Amino acid sequence: MIESLINIILFTMLAATSLAVVRLHNLFAITMLFGVYSLLSAVIFVELDAVDVAFTEAAVGAGISTMLILSTLVITGHHEKNPKHGPWLPLVVVILTGAVLAWGTLDMPLFGSLDNPIHQHVAPRYIQDSPEEIGIPNMVTSVLASYRGYDTMGEVVVVFAALIGVLALIGINEKKCAKRQYSSDERPPRPVLQVMSKLLIPYIMLFALYVQFHGDFGPGGGFQAGVIFAAAIILYTLTFSLDDAFDLISPRVLRPLAAIGVLIYGGTGIVTMLLGGTFLNYSVLAGDPKSGQHYGILAIEFGVGLTVATVMMLIFYAFVSRGEKGKVE
Amino acid sequence: MALIVDALSWALLIAGVVLGITGAIGTIRFPDFYTRVHASSVTDTLCALCIIAGLILQAGFTLVTVKLVFILLFLWYTSPVATHALVRAAHHMGLPPYLSNNASADAQKGKS
Amino acid sequence: MMFGFSCLALLVVMGVALVRAFAGPSVYDRILAVNMFGTKTVLFLAVFGFFTGRPDFLDIALVYALINFIGVIAVLRFVESVTHTGTGAD
Repeated sequence: MIESLINIILFTMLAATSLAVVRLHNLFAITMLFGVYSLLSAVIFVELDAVDVAFTEAAVGAGISTMLILSTLVITGHHEKNPKHGPWLPLVVVILTGAVLAWGTLDMPLFGSLDNPIHQHVAPRYIQDSPEEIGIPNMVTSVLASYRGYDTMGEVVVVFAALIGVLALIGINEKKCAKRQYSSDERPPRPVLQVMSKLLIPYIMLFALYVQFHGDFGPGGGFQAGVIFAAAIILYTLTFSLDDAFDLISPRVLRPLAAIGVLIYGGTGIVTMLLGGTFLNYSVLAGDPKSGQHYGILAIEFGVGLTVATVMMLIFYAFVSRGEKGKVE
Repeated sequence: MALIVDALSWALLIAGVVLGITGAIGTIRFPDFYTRVHASSVTDTLCALCIIAGLILQAGFTLVTVKLVFILLFLWYTSPVATHALVRAAHHMGLPPYLSNNASADAQKGKS
Repeated sequence: MMFGFSCLALLVVMGVALVRAFAGPSVYDRILAVNMFGTKTVLFLAVFGFFTGRPDFLDIALVYALINFIGVIAVLRFVESVTHTGTGAD
């Protein structure tokens, strides 16, 4: 009873948030509401028992993507342009598309029923065999990193490709930002924030490491850990300045590290091939297949974490340096 | 013993929730930004303390308790600083505070 | 039982914070409301773990307690860098 009430309230808030996003015109406010939307989705995922997804949604959707969009708004301008055409044609298109989608769901099996294809296909095998084959308590990690290692490798490559795209289009403006008096003249210093972020950042990084290496046992893993680690550096960039962040971790160091993360992932696959297994079959990494799986998962999760963390930092650097350069000129 | 612990955590949870609702009413009813900050930030820390203390009483001495303590510490640490930064930014950007010399006009607005 | 009621009450607080976030009027009001929504969500997630009887998933609440703060600082910093003067109203 209470549970369904909670569900109803959460979905109502979700719908209200999306309506408010449509109504508002200040893009900063809209971005914040998108963060709220992601957070509400994360809560709903927790309710549906999908804690790993919820973790990713809270860290990526509500966290890092909000910050990246905000840093983009500084470059592009923060007020919505008035559309030149009337609202009727888009409304008709949206209603038609929605009707077609709703009509399509009529053929789908009932939500949560046991004979759904998703419950019949490979899921029973994963659930039954993963304790013997892989032996880590969090099955999501064993599916993500071992059974579906190819998919995850593809995802990491996508993240890396996004970085290449951003660097090719915008690039990181390292030289122009090296103006010291800019931060002290135009902007008031932020002593409280600087002191407290200095105290907080080590704990954020420690928590990121916990998420990275605890992914075998609880929710978490390379993606979430990488994002949290990048968030620590982003906090440093925000409270100090971009120059200080460049001094802390230079883009020159980060760029190779992003590639090395992908290489670690692929390299693990090559090593398993050299040891006589198939690509990304970690069982051959040690005498005991289970420990082999453990080593393999640790290695590729490290690669994922490295790539995600460095890519997020570099994209943030790129957007912020572009924004500040625009202001200098 | 278990009954006392249960009663205590009931009381703490209710206190926390009441504080939270008080702050929420304040953010709706108060007339301008600075007073709203006052309503939400003052209740925030004690609300977090009460709720998390109530949960800790239920959790006993486990890893869950450690995590709850960390959540409390992070909230205590971040939310006053966030409020500080927010008010400072608003003040610096020239958001006018609600002062007594324009109080009468706004009070009438509030009544109507 | 008591966890269920606390969950519902926290949801009410979240809803009221959302109303303030929708109403504004200045961008700072919205930031305040979103921040309040975030902290109450952290508390909600913590209580909800106990409500469902599996309080092991507090990591999400923990991560959001950190992310929420960084988000608020980010919004402030970027709003500050685009609006130089004015009331901040949108």
